[in-house]
Amino acid sequence: MNIHDALFWFFSIAMLACGLLVIANRNPVTSAMFLVLLFVFMAGLFLLLEAIFIAAIQVLVYAGAVMVLFLFVIMLLDIKASERRKFKILGVVGGIAVGLAFVWELVIILSQPIEPLAGGGAELHGGLEEVVKPFFAHYMLPFEVTALLLLVAMVGVVLLSKKELK
Amino acid sequence: MIPFLLINLVKIACVIGVMLTVVAYTVLAERKVCAWMQDRIGPNRVGPMGLLQPLADGLKFVFKEDVLSHHVNKVYFTLAPMIALVPALITIAVVPWGSQLMIPGLAEPVKGVIADLNVGILFVFAISSLGVYGIVLAGWSSNSKYPFLGSIRSSAQMISYEVCLGLSVVPVFMQVGSLNLSQVVEYQAHHVWLGLCQPLSFFIFVVSAFAETNRLPFDLPEAEQELVGGYHTEYSSMKFAMFFMGEYAAMFVASALMVTLFFGGWSLPFAPFNVPAQTLGVGLAHIGIFLVKVCGFLFFYIWVRWTIPRFRYDQLMALGWKLFIPLTLLNILISGVVLTLMSK
Repeated sequence: MNIHDALFWFFSIAMLACGLLVIANRNPVTSAMFLVLLFVFMAGLFLLLEAIFIAAIQVLVYAGAVMVLFLFVIMLLDIKASERRKFKILGVVGGIAVGLAFVWELVIILSQPIEPLAGGGAELHGGLEEVVKPFFAHYMLPFEVTALLLLVAMVGVVLLSKKELK
Repeated sequence: MIPFLLINLVKIACVIGVMLTVVAYTVLAERKVCAWMQDRIGPNRVGPMGLLQPLADGLKFVFKEDVLSHHVNKVYFTLAPMIALVPALITIAVVPWGSQLMIPGLAEPVKGVIADLNVGILFVFAISSLGVYGIVLAGWSSNSKYPFLGSIRSSAQMISYEVCLGLSVVPVFMQVGSLNLSQVVEYQAHHVWLGLCQPLSFFIFVVSAFAETNRLPFDLPEAEQELVGGYHTEYSSMKFAMFFMGEYAAMFVASALMVTLFFGGWSLPFAPFNVPAQTLGVGLAHIGIFLVKVCGFLFFYIWVRWTIPRFRYDQLMALGWKLFIPLTLLNILISGVVLTLMSK
């Protein structure tokens, strides 16, 4: 086993363990912190695929910004109340059912032969340019439309969170 | 493989050693400069001219009692100072300290940077954005109101100014054409220092860096007059010292970035300092030039701290969101237009 494989197994197992701890923990702050760790390990997996740019963005956006905001909100909650909360039978059964459905889907997908994308493998290593160039050349229109959609959503949130409109 | 590991371990040891020494003496410099600006003498009892004061402070921190109140969340309370200190020590890995060192007996020159990443600046932003967890967790786990208010302020402040910081340097990389910090320095060595081409970029970067490192005039997370000590009110002994070191190490990294991005890094605009070093002496001189420039910016940090009063919280937020973000976007647009016109 070379160092690449060893790192792959380390990151994968650590990621799964963190994922489990996110949902198994009673304290929301601990859950959030394990989610941050999960994002960091996921960035490690991206690094192993030599997707350095995506790894950096993963840590920067998810671990560094989104989760800080999550934590910000969680800290304002009553932690003690959520620690006392009991497991609900319906939630547990439903969660396991959805999980099994995902596993089933994965088995179906993985049982089929995987073919590499035509001409994809050669240009998929490296950093910024390979990721960003298609956005501003080939996929310009969808990219801009998505940006506009996000803007609309943002304006919507601001409008909805205002209690009364003047 | 083994020489590669050895060289890098030596580099890491040197960088952390130099950095922590500079951090310790920045604390002394802060007290000395403050004293001079207020027409006092400052610490002068330990060693000649008080030069051994950092040693005495360190010993004092070690021997102080480590108070762990019964109402704190012990795991996070212990973890928080570590999270606050570590990112600053990691991010310096991608900053080039010198061009290259021709060590006798080695076939290839040793690079003046620990990790020559192609996404260097993104790595810096990614890792340093994790530093906010240290402050947020410290405030929350202390389980008392002043630290909590401090940590709430800091999470809002640091996230807001991260945006300005990230956007303000975009024109720099548009001009250089690479995110690699070594290449940014080499571009400046060949052409011109980017602080002269991108003054607006530089100004916004400096101000945002002050906000990111929680320094006056933006030290609202620890505003003494309102919040006692902010997020580190409940901390004592080495745990407090780690927050302290974390703040000054972050200042060091911010100064190193200002030097690297806007003030030519290790280069000076004349021979033999404007090309990668061909002899060991010039290589060492490059590292010296870099450190002198960094110390200049550290002095600037201290100078500003004892000159300008603290902003109000709403002023801080308005400055970031309503002034700096629109200005940086405009700057990116103008830089794009100018660069496109010049390339034609």
